[in-house]
Amino acid sequence: MDYLSQLESRSIYIMREAYNQFKNIALLWSIGKDSTTMLWIARKAFFGNIPFPVMHIDTSYKFKAIYEFREVYVKKWNLDLLISKNEAEIQKGMSPEKGKLDCCNALKTEALKLTIKEHGFRALLLAIRRDEHGIRAKERYFSPRDEHFTWNYKDQPAELWDLFSAETGAEEHMRVHPMLHWTEFDIWQYIMREGVPTVGLYFAKEGKRYRSIGCSPCCAPVDSDADTIKKIVSELKKTRVAERSGRAQDKEDTYTMQKLRSLGYM
Amino acid sequence: MKRTAINIVFTGHVDHGKSTLIGRLLIDTDSLPESKIEEVTNVSKELGKEAELAYVTDYLKEEREQNITIDTTQIHFKTRKRDYIIIDAPGHIEFIKNMITGTSQAEAAVLIVDVNEGVLEQTRRHVYLLNLLGIEKIVVVINKMDLVGFIEKRYLEVKDEIMKFLDELSLKPLCVIPISAREGENITHKSRIMPWYRGPCFLKALDYIRPDKVTYDKLPLRFPVQDIYLVDGNRIIVGKVASGYLHKGQEVVVLPSGEMQRVESIKTFNKDKKKAETFESIGICLHNTASIERGSILSQRDDVPKLSNTFNATVFWMSETPWIDTKPHELQCSTQEVTCRLDSITKKMNSSTLELLNKDMDRLLRYEVGEVVIKTERPVLTESFDYRSEFGRFVVKDEGYVVGVGIIM
Ligand SMILES: Nc1nc2c(ncn2[C@@H]2O[C@H](COP(=O)(O)OP(=O)(O)OP(=O)(O)O)[C@@H](O)[C@H]2O)c(=O)[nH]1
Ligand SMILES: [Mg+2]
Repeated sequence: MDYLSQLESRSIYIMREAYNQFKNIALLWSIGKDSTTMLWIARKAFFGNIPFPVMHIDTSYKFKAIYEFREVYVKKWNLDLLISKNEAEIQKGMSPEKGKLDCCNALKTEALKLTIKEHGFRALLLAIRRDEHGIRAKERYFSPRDEHFTWNYKDQPAELWDLFSAETGAEEHMRVHPMLHWTEFDIWQYIMREGVPTVGLYFAKEGKRYRSIGCSPCCAPVDSDADTIKKIVSELKKTRVAERSGRAQDKEDTYTMQKLRSLGYM
Repeated sequence: MKRTAINIVFTGHVDHGKSTLIGRLLIDTDSLPESKIEEVTNVSKELGKEAELAYVTDYLKEEREQNITIDTTQIHFKTRKRDYIIIDAPGHIEFIKNMITGTSQAEAAVLIVDVNEGVLEQTRRHVYLLNLLGIEKIVVVINKMDLVGFIEKRYLEVKDEIMKFLDELSLKPLCVIPISAREGENITHKSRIMPWYRGPCFLKALDYIRPDKVTYDKLPLRFPVQDIYLVDGNRIIVGKVASGYLHKGQEVVVLPSGEMQRVESIKTFNKDKKKAETFESIGICLHNTASIERGSILSQRDDVPKLSNTFNATVFWMSETPWIDTKPHELQCSTQEVTCRLDSITKKMNSSTLELLNKDMDRLLRYEVGEVVIKTERPVLTESFDYRSEFGRFVVKDEGYVVGVGIIM
């Protein structure tokens, strides 16, 4: 089996474990390249009928292109889309200007808390990768979160080989990370091989492109002329700019991501 | 597309320089984004230190403030020859479960020994665990040579000490290299301060490691059933081929029932396949799926393994609560999940000194290793761990938490 197929096979195995162990689960789809790739693989794992909802945490600040992409593929792939939105906070006018950390917390983490509670999800599939960020490099494939969403990163359970532990307390849920072992480079290679559709924002226009997408006020494009997948792949071979360099959350101060994640952020 | 990566775990006693060596390797090979280097430099300054190379992998605030690795990290790295996945492991005994987590994903190891301190408790325990988990390819580095003025004498003493210990376990390192992780000596090129050393530098030694020859596909077919889905009226049995091949039309034996079945089709999304190879995650349709459930195993006809509810294993115990025969635990081996009990302990030892123990022979205490007899509620398939077989390794769990790691010898 070639390298990309090995990565894919492992991700399929992990998703199937999560579904077998928890049944009531959801896949978090941010509509970025990683979670769209995860979704692509989930369709393979479940033979085209993903037996659980696909959740989009909608802060209302997402790029327009993201909403358009969502509409197209929800229909095309016949997805059971679940929109998670913290309407109360949006009404009250929460926005990045009120503090990026607070905004992420209210519109993403709190929204997710509400949705989990409402649907009683036992596990969530998330497309984070180790090479994205120092704090994500510390993650397990199966990572428990308590009722307050706290990640006890100082005492994570042991995880050996492909033997995943699915035990969680009544109020807890499991974060499952089927894409943890992929790199940004792997993802683009796979997108190229498989023809996975992606939002147009990743491709260069007028010398700029997004390497990582989320909410429009908090993402900045990077300098690039890569307007095709092929060019992105060769750009990544050379670059020494970090993938999330355009992300505001990562920059605030060194440990913003650690704080956010320990509070339950993705 | 051809690309292989080799996973290497960095092990050794606390503070001997594992994380520093990783940081040094990544920086000297220009493998880090500029922002990462900046971040490490800034945080070091804030904490009143020179650039602390260990911070490349020691990302947690707590790790940096206390200068200790708490949890294992994986980081990608490339040489001209190939790709690496570098796995940093903590050296402190309290985090041994994290070291084991990292090591279970590796196929080769770097063992680091501080030239001043020599071989210490976790140096030995880590070597023992590498051996238990089937990792034979080991590069030994003797670190902090700057602290002894780069003199050969002390290096030879420590080298001797570690070689003796490796020999007790019949392990032969690929090489032993004197380095200074902090000063960058013998890392990416041969050191001029240590002309007496004639072997390869560290980077070259890594490139010399030969990856495991994949022999799994030559082994008999084992297909552990992960789950069964109903798709468009078909019952599809899903799982990952653990060894051997699966063909359309092949006669297979289903365990534990012993029933013979024919593989009617091999399914992936939108297309059927004629053949599935080792490690492929697939679905298959059989004529009759009545006796099949998660944990069932399909095997080829001419090599049907025996299941048993009693077996011998070597277990490393990690829980503060000792393992005693009266308390049932959960055992997980591949997709087999079953209640188990400790039947008896044949032999046990201290996992660091390797000293045989003869007290409390009815129980296994934290950090002890035992050769034990285990009884399971239902028969399970276990096979020798040679070739790192899927059925040669298992975990013992207490209310879902992994408390013991087991290998079938
Ligand atoms: N003088 C000298 N100090 C070193 C060298 N390598 C590492 N150190 C120092 O040794 C201390 C421990 O280094 P780490 O890399 O954190 O050790 P570690 O093995 O990763 O420790 P744990 O992960 O906690 O087990 C740090 O203060 C380093 O700066 C070296 O080559 N020479
Ligand atoms: Mg360390």
